[in-house]
Amino acid sequence: MLFHDLTRPGNDEIKVSDDSLLEIEHVTMRFGGLVAIDDLSFTARKKEITALIGPNGAGKTTVFNCITGFYKPTVGRVMLTHPRKGRYYLERMEGFKIAQQADVARTFQNIRLFPRMSVLENLIVAQHNALMKASAFSLAGLLFMNRYAKAEKEAVERAKYWLNKVGLYDRADWDAGNLPYGDQRRLEICRAMCIQPAVLCLDEPAAGLNPRESLELNELLLGIRDQEGVGILLIEHDMSVVMQISDHIVVLDHGRKISDGTPEFVRNDPTVIKAYLGESDDEDLPQTVKNDLARNAGKDV
Amino acid sequence: MADMKNAVAAPGQGGFDVGAALKESGKAAFVAGLLGLPLLALKADNFGSKLGLVYRWDALFIAIAAVFVGRFLMILLSGRQKKSEGGVFAAFGKGIHNNMALIGLAGLAIGVLLPVVYPDRYVIYIATTFMIYVMLGWGLNIVVGLAGLLDLGYVAFYAVGAYSYAMIATQFGWSFWVVLPLAGVFAAFFGVILGFPVLRLRGDYLAIVTLGFGEIIRVILINWTDFTGGPNGISGIPPITFFGLPFKNGDHGTFASFFGIDHSPVQRIIFLYFVILVLATLTNLFTQRMRKLPVGRAWEALREDEIACRSLGINPTNIKLSAFALGAMFGGFAGSFFSVRAGFVSPESFTFIESAVILAIVVLGGMGSQLGVVIAAFFVVILPEVFREFEEYRMLLFGLAMMVIMVWRPNGLLSFREPTIRLHPKKESA
Ligand SMILES: Nc1ncnc2c1ncn2[C@@H]1O[C@H](COP(=O)(O)OP(=O)(O)OP(=O)(O)O)[C@@H](O)[C@H]1O
Ligand SMILES: [Mg+2]
Repeated sequence: MLFHDLTRPGNDEIKVSDDSLLEIEHVTMRFGGLVAIDDLSFTARKKEITALIGPNGAGKTTVFNCITGFYKPTVGRVMLTHPRKGRYYLERMEGFKIAQQADVARTFQNIRLFPRMSVLENLIVAQHNALMKASAFSLAGLLFMNRYAKAEKEAVERAKYWLNKVGLYDRADWDAGNLPYGDQRRLEICRAMCIQPAVLCLDEPAAGLNPRESLELNELLLGIRDQEGVGILLIEHDMSVVMQISDHIVVLDHGRKISDGTPEFVRNDPTVIKAYLGESDDEDLPQTVKNDLARNAGKDV
Repeated sequence: MADMKNAVAAPGQGGFDVGAALKESGKAAFVAGLLGLPLLALKADNFGSKLGLVYRWDALFIAIAAVFVGRFLMILLSGRQKKSEGGVFAAFGKGIHNNMALIGLAGLAIGVLLPVVYPDRYVIYIATTFMIYVMLGWGLNIVVGLAGLLDLGYVAFYAVGAYSYAMIATQFGWSFWVVLPLAGVFAAFFGVILGFPVLRLRGDYLAIVTLGFGEIIRVILINWTDFTGGPNGISGIPPITFFGLPFKNGDHGTFASFFGIDHSPVQRIIFLYFVILVLATLTNLFTQRMRKLPVGRAWEALREDEIACRSLGINPTNIKLSAFALGAMFGGFAGSFFSVRAGFVSPESFTFIESAVILAIVVLGGMGSQLGVVIAAFFVVILPEVFREFEEYRMLLFGLAMMVIMVWRPNGLLSFREPTIRLHPKKESA
């Protein structure tokens, strides 16, 4: 437990906050006696992929739920600097408004599509708020007015753009629930992108994907960062994904941040290695692992 | 050997293995024989003073044969079903699905022509009742089928509409055509009142609260005697007019005199029928259009996954309330039609069983399916009427039919869902 009490500043450049997108400040989340997140602070920057990693039950999904309004943090602040709209204090906003006004999009660890609606409909529902505005709460549509037809056409165009990106164009009319698993994951990302987000939060997007699909996912995420200029917050267990595409990694263990820095830095952080190898006492570790730890620690300090 | 191999292989390729089916039936028959030997074939009987055995080989033979044939048919039918993914019925459903617009138009044409072909009081009366239930089914379909909110108290809105017309018409003498939209507005208002407390509830809990709401409205109607007439209800409700022209005998200002025809009581009945036909058709067109609009799509998305809706910035409160309000509005329209037709309303017409029947129509039809509602309403309203002679067996058969349908088609008669928007033209499937 001694290791967890060490505060590790990581790379100093992370602290620069000019181009900060999402600032998590001293967030604590308690469920009764259980502390799921313990005084967590980190910053995700614009046009970067920030990965949130950690062992099972570390509290990663809980962080997402605090950012996207599904939970209210017990303590702390979540501040979004929207590239187009200014500042939002997300912890004060009602759940759905975080997506509606602050444009924070997310996907779920267990895919949550609208299974009995078509692929295309999934993407159009995502543009609900824009379409509501354009159709005067559907009234214009009810009266067959042109402005709704136009808005819907735009929504379809945006949906097509994303469908083409992930190769789902041909299956646009399928029920989303009938798609293979990998396609459902991709569709969920497309759906999140259709709200034109300021930040995209992905909860284990590579889970259950085969290596080829995993590579395609990397391409897609890099495209979202570079072409769309959208910052990504990524939870992922698959280290091949995390290490290849992240610009910045935050490591959680038991609700606490144990490391924060570039992939290079985190990979060699002995605290991280220890957290991933388990909680057992040093004496229980095989000699080879101990050697490994010592070597890695020596490299970085 | 070679012959036998062929015999086994060939039917297998055809998708139905006769050999295996025969074997299976044989086994079943054998078991039937074993059981039947002591139970059927041997019977103890009195011969005068002595006890003796009677042999009934014919009964045993019939039992074994029946089991053999029955088992064989069961295998045959289930085999067929597997082949076409859900059986003959599903293929039939698909056929309907591919020609939905055509069927809708044909149905409307039949509806319009019915009074011309059968200007019979009884037929029109039943058809009107049928259309009321179709309209109620379509209204409830918004709440249950599209938004996925299980509402067991829908009859409350029907009652609000009915009493709205009954009270306003008897107190202030306003015409049906003025009160009709008002009744819809009142019912929608009650829909929102019901909606607020149940916003956080889903599934069973929602069902229980809505059920309670339906009962509350009925109990209020019974007990608020000064206002609603209590258990006696309200009678002497003014009948419908042809946009101001009454249906009665007279030389001036009546429907008959205006069109220069002889008065006949059936004119009013036929007119009522057309009114409900138009109201129901409007309900259907409205819902069909709503499905293609943001609110309608959000209803369905909410049914599919509320949490995902929140993550997309959809306000679940507004979406649910709009579903409750609009569904209730159509219930209100239907209710005011009910009271103008009957000329009398009492709380007895708005018991829980009404809600259950309307819900049964929606569920049997296949949640969200507009055509399904029509077919299910036919089963639920017309068939019991046709079999009126079998009075005491009616409800029994009704229950049986419901069970059969739900076992056969657990998602309702027509559970196909056509996407509200397509990127590629629809492929015709058989
Ligand atoms: N709503 C809740 N009520 C009570 N405890 C919760 C709740 N949500 C999460 N927890 C607890 O918080 C801790 C962190 O859970 P969380 O789902 O955030 O982990 P995670 O890092 O996402 O794990 P995984 O990698 O398995 O997805 C767990 O101990 C979990 O049981
Ligand atoms: Mg998780």
